[in-house]
Amino acid sequence: MAHVEPHVDYVLQTVSERDVGLIRMWFTDVVGQLKSFAITPAELENAFADGMGFDGSAVDGFSRTVENDLLVQPDASTFELLPWTDRHRSDRSSTEARMFCDVTELDGTPHPGDPRQVLRRHLDAAGERGLSFLVGPEMEFFYFAADHAAAGPTPLDRGSYFDLTTSDITSELRKRTIHALEIMGIPVEYSFHEDSPSQHEIDLRHTDALSMADNVMTFRLMVREIALEAGVQATFMPKPLRDVQGSGMHIHLSLFDDDHNLFADPSDPLQLSSTARSFVAGLLRHAAEITAVTNQLVNSYKRLVTGSEAPSYVTWARANRSALVRVPPTRPGREDSVRLEYRSPDPACNPYLAFSLLLAAGMRGVDEGYELPTRTDDDLSLVSDAELAARGIRPLPQSLAEALDVMESSELVREALGDHIFTWFLRNKRTEWAEYRAQVTPFELERYLQTW
Amino acid sequence: MGPLLVFPDLPIEVARALKDSGRDFQTVDGASAERHLRPDEGWIAAVLSAGPSLDRVVGFAKDLRTDLPDIPVLCVVAESEVERLAGHADVFSDFCVAPLREHEFFFRLERLVRSSEDAVGDDDALIVYGPLMINPVTYQAVLDGDPLDLTYMEYELLKYFAQRPGRVCTREVLLGQVWGYEYYGGARTVDVHVRRLRAKLGEPHAGLIGTVRSVGYRFGKSQWG
Repeated sequence: MAHVEPHVDYVLQTVSERDVGLIRMWFTDVVGQLKSFAITPAELENAFADGMGFDGSAVDGFSRTVENDLLVQPDASTFELLPWTDRHRSDRSSTEARMFCDVTELDGTPHPGDPRQVLRRHLDAAGERGLSFLVGPEMEFFYFAADHAAAGPTPLDRGSYFDLTTSDITSELRKRTIHALEIMGIPVEYSFHEDSPSQHEIDLRHTDALSMADNVMTFRLMVREIALEAGVQATFMPKPLRDVQGSGMHIHLSLFDDDHNLFADPSDPLQLSSTARSFVAGLLRHAAEITAVTNQLVNSYKRLVTGSEAPSYVTWARANRSALVRVPPTRPGREDSVRLEYRSPDPACNPYLAFSLLLAAGMRGVDEGYELPTRTDDDLSLVSDAELAARGIRPLPQSLAEALDVMESSELVREALGDHIFTWFLRNKRTEWAEYRAQVTPFELERYLQTW
Repeated sequence: MGPLLVFPDLPIEVARALKDSGRDFQTVDGASAERHLRPDEGWIAAVLSAGPSLDRVVGFAKDLRTDLPDIPVLCVVAESEVERLAGHADVFSDFCVAPLREHEFFFRLERLVRSSEDAVGDDDALIVYGPLMINPVTYQAVLDGDPLDLTYMEYELLKYFAQRPGRVCTREVLLGQVWGYEYYGGARTVDVHVRRLRAKLGEPHAGLIGTVRSVGYRFGKSQWG
C-alpha cells in the first residue's frame, strides 16, 4: 500500500516538531471499553513497521487458551494531538497524541475479537458495491457530583430541555467539551440541555461509520476527562435515575453512492426511496436480534420502557418519537439530508459493533427486498396489549436475558460479528445477567420485607 | 513541460504563428482524444476555442479540470458570449475575444504559460497566505503564529487549498488530487474534512475556506475579485 508512507512520515515529523512526549495506542475491546497503552517517540518507527506486542489475555474478548501474544498496528491516519493533555498534567511539559490501532495476530492477520476490524470488514464490503455508510449519533449523558457513592447519583442542576442555564457548571463543562471536540476534528452539530436534570446532549456531525466509531470512543473519554478535571462525574450509563428519561444514542443513518443519497426519492411523498424502505424493513425485522449489542447492559432495559421517549416496540414513523425507526422530515429540495434515525441504542454500546449490525440488518432488507410494514403514528402507550398483538406490533426485548436469547438464534448477527465475538459476547453477557439475577434489590426489600 | 493543448482548433494564421514562435501544440477534438494524446509530462496550458458554442467548450474544460485541476486554460470566445464567462470562473483562467488579435493572444498565452511553469517549481518552499504558513518539509502548519493540530488528510487538504488561493476546487477534483485512493465517505468525505478543517482553523479564520454553492470550495479571495 503505497499511500501509507506519507501518513507515517507525517506522524513521525509531527511528533518530533511538536515535542510529543507520549503516543497513546488506542483500541477497543468487545464490550466497547477503550484500551490504551503509551509508547515513547523512540518506539514509534518500530510500532509502524512491526506493530507493538501486548498480552491479549488481559483484554476482554482477546483472550485465547493457547496464544495470547498479540500486536496492535497503529492507524496513522487517526493521529491526533490530545488537546487536554497539556493543561492538566503539570508534571509533564510535553504534549500527548493518540492513534487508533487494529489488533492482529503475530503474523499480521486481523484478530477476530477486534471490533474495529469487524466494522472495517462491513464498510469494505459496502465500498465494493460503491456504497458509503454515514452515521451521526446524538450522545446523551449525565453530569453528577463526583462523590455521590453513598447518596446515589446527585444531579448538579435542575434544568430541563433547552433550558438556558448559563451560570451552571454543567453548561460550562459542555461548552468546554465542545471546544475540545472541535479541536480534535470532531464537529458538533447541536448541543443542548436535555429533558432531565443534569442531562446533556451533544450531536455529532455525520461522517463515515469507521471515523464516527473512533469519534464516539474519543468523545466518551473526553466528556469524562473534562468533567473529572472540574471534580464532576460524567456518565453514559443508560438509566441512572429512576423517574426521569434515560440517556440514549439515537443514530442517524444514510447511504450514499458517491454523491447520490440512496435513501432519497423526491417523487415519493415521504421523500423515501425504495432502497430506504427496504433498509428500514431490514432494521425492523432484525431489531430484536441486534438489541443485545445496541443495548448491552442490564441497565439498558430500564430505559426502554413504555411511556418514555425511548422506543419499546418495533415500529417506524414520521414524527412519533416513541417509534424505533423515525424518518425525520426534511425540507423539500434538501435531498441530501433525507435519512433514517434508529432510536433504541444507548451511549454505553460498542459503536463499532452497533454500526456494523445496523448496516448488516439494513442491507439484508435491501438485498432481499423486504416489504416495509405500515407506519405507526399513534402513541402506543395508550394501546392495549391485545390490540398491539392484533396489529402485529412486536415489543423489543425487555431484558438483557431476553435480548441474548434472540441474539443467540440470529444467523445474521453471528455472520455479521463473526463466530469469535458472537460466542464471546453471549458468554460474557450471560455471566453479567447471572450476577444481576443473584442480587437482592431495594425494590424487593421495599416491597416484600414488611409484607411477607 | 509538454506541448500546448488546443481544442478543437485555431484559425490557420494563429496556428501558423504559434508554430513560428517555436511553441509545440496538439489539437484534439474531444475529451477521449485528449486523454489518449496526453503527454507524460502534461500539457503546458490549454487554448479552447469556443466558436459558435460556448457550452461545448465549457463541457470540455470541466472534464479537463477534473483530471488536471491546475492546467491554465485560455478561452477564445466571441464578443457576444463574453458576459456568460462570469458563470464559469472556476474553469477558465483567462480569455481572449475572437477574432483574435495576434499580439494580445500571444501576450496572454505566454503569461499563462509562465504562471504554469512557476507553479511547478519548488515543492519544499514555504507556503504563505495571510496569517497561514505551511512548511511542507516538516508538515507543520502555523496560523497567527500558533501551530495547528491536524491529521494527515486535513494537512494535505489545507496545503492543496493554500497552494491555490482564489481557485475554485470541485469535490471531484479534491477527492482525486488530495485523497486519490480509497476512503469510506465517498464524495461526502470532502465536506466532512472541510468542516473539520474550518473547526480547527477556529472562528476568526473559518472563512478562509469558502463554499461555492453546488460547485465546491475556494480558499482565500476569489481571483475574479
